[in-house]
Amino acid sequence: MHFIDPHIHIASRTTDDLQALARAGCLVVGEPAFWMGYDRSGVNSFHDYFRQLTEWEPKRAANYGIQHYAWMGINAKEAENVAFAKEVIAVLPEFLDRPNVLGIGEVGLNKNTKNEVCTLLELIDLAAKRNEQMLFHTPHLADKYQGTRMILDLLRGDSRMDRSRVCIDHCEEHTIRMVLDGGYWAGITLYPTTKATPERTADMVEIYGPERILVNSSADWGPSDPLAVPQFTFAMRRRGHPESLIRQVVYDNPLTFFNQSVHFNFRRPD
Amino acid sequence: MPASSATQVLDREFLAIRCRLLDLAAGMDRVDRAEGQVADDPRWRQIHQAIDAIASPNGSRAERTQLAFSLPYSENWRHEYGV
Repeated sequence: MHFIDPHIHIASRTTDDLQALARAGCLVVGEPAFWMGYDRSGVNSFHDYFRQLTEWEPKRAANYGIQHYAWMGINAKEAENVAFAKEVIAVLPEFLDRPNVLGIGEVGLNKNTKNEVCTLLELIDLAAKRNEQMLFHTPHLADKYQGTRMILDLLRGDSRMDRSRVCIDHCEEHTIRMVLDGGYWAGITLYPTTKATPERTADMVEIYGPERILVNSSADWGPSDPLAVPQFTFAMRRRGHPESLIRQVVYDNPLTFFNQSVHFNFRRPD
Repeated sequence: MPASSATQVLDREFLAIRCRLLDLAAGMDRVDRAEGQVADDPRWRQIHQAIDAIASPNGSRAERTQLAFSLPYSENWRHEYGV
């Protein structure tokens, strides 16, 4: 079955992974800008990283028949330094106009601090002014519930945001209901030890239905599986779910969400 | 959604659930066998809260287990932060 991984950090993956994704049926990937595992020393490092996501990674993916799209932003971990974050935000418009960029992401909260919130408010304001789609990272582990509620509070407080063009990512059992009830897209990330497993993701689809749910690998430089979406497909099949339902979650839903970006120009294979 | 009976689902899940419960039990035994005490460690208390959630007769066990490991949320956070 063809699928789209709406959140994967291709810059951290090898060509073997790209080949495995292609062989498994992946047609499109969405790559949000994120924390590279270390804090960058200056805005030029971000500039080069944004070039990588908009110039080099699309070519690497295309070699395997995969269409590559990106999201631009400053991640929550490096958003703590508000003055530095402002410098990074200032270069975003140059990249938001590039042809493979879907919007602003992944941005959000990490430790739910006041400084992170200040940076996030600037990013939300930029998105609203430019009518950009948004992809939100929600915090890890103990901080997730609090941080997700704080992000939803911020969005609720800005009437300019079109909720159908916003994805709140890394949802789990204690946060997905509030995200879907709010009218947002809910991303579910499959990780080996944190976030969700294929079985728990199938549970959430059974409980809440397939509407506005995006399943992703968020595969990066840490423990993660670039073939997590096919693992979810397998879990659903094992339970006897119809192919049409599975296809809706792993293919139709990300297409619908990405299609709201002016730059998304998916070329369906013949 | 496929119409499976509770017995059919239990048939499918029994060995996996049994395996994970044994992993949990053995992991906690490992902590007990080690030197020192963790009774006052908040993480140990969270684990016991999560076990209570799992052992309860009602649904939403996964959600309540997640909440056992979560920081509290304050409705007034924006006022407290001044944003």
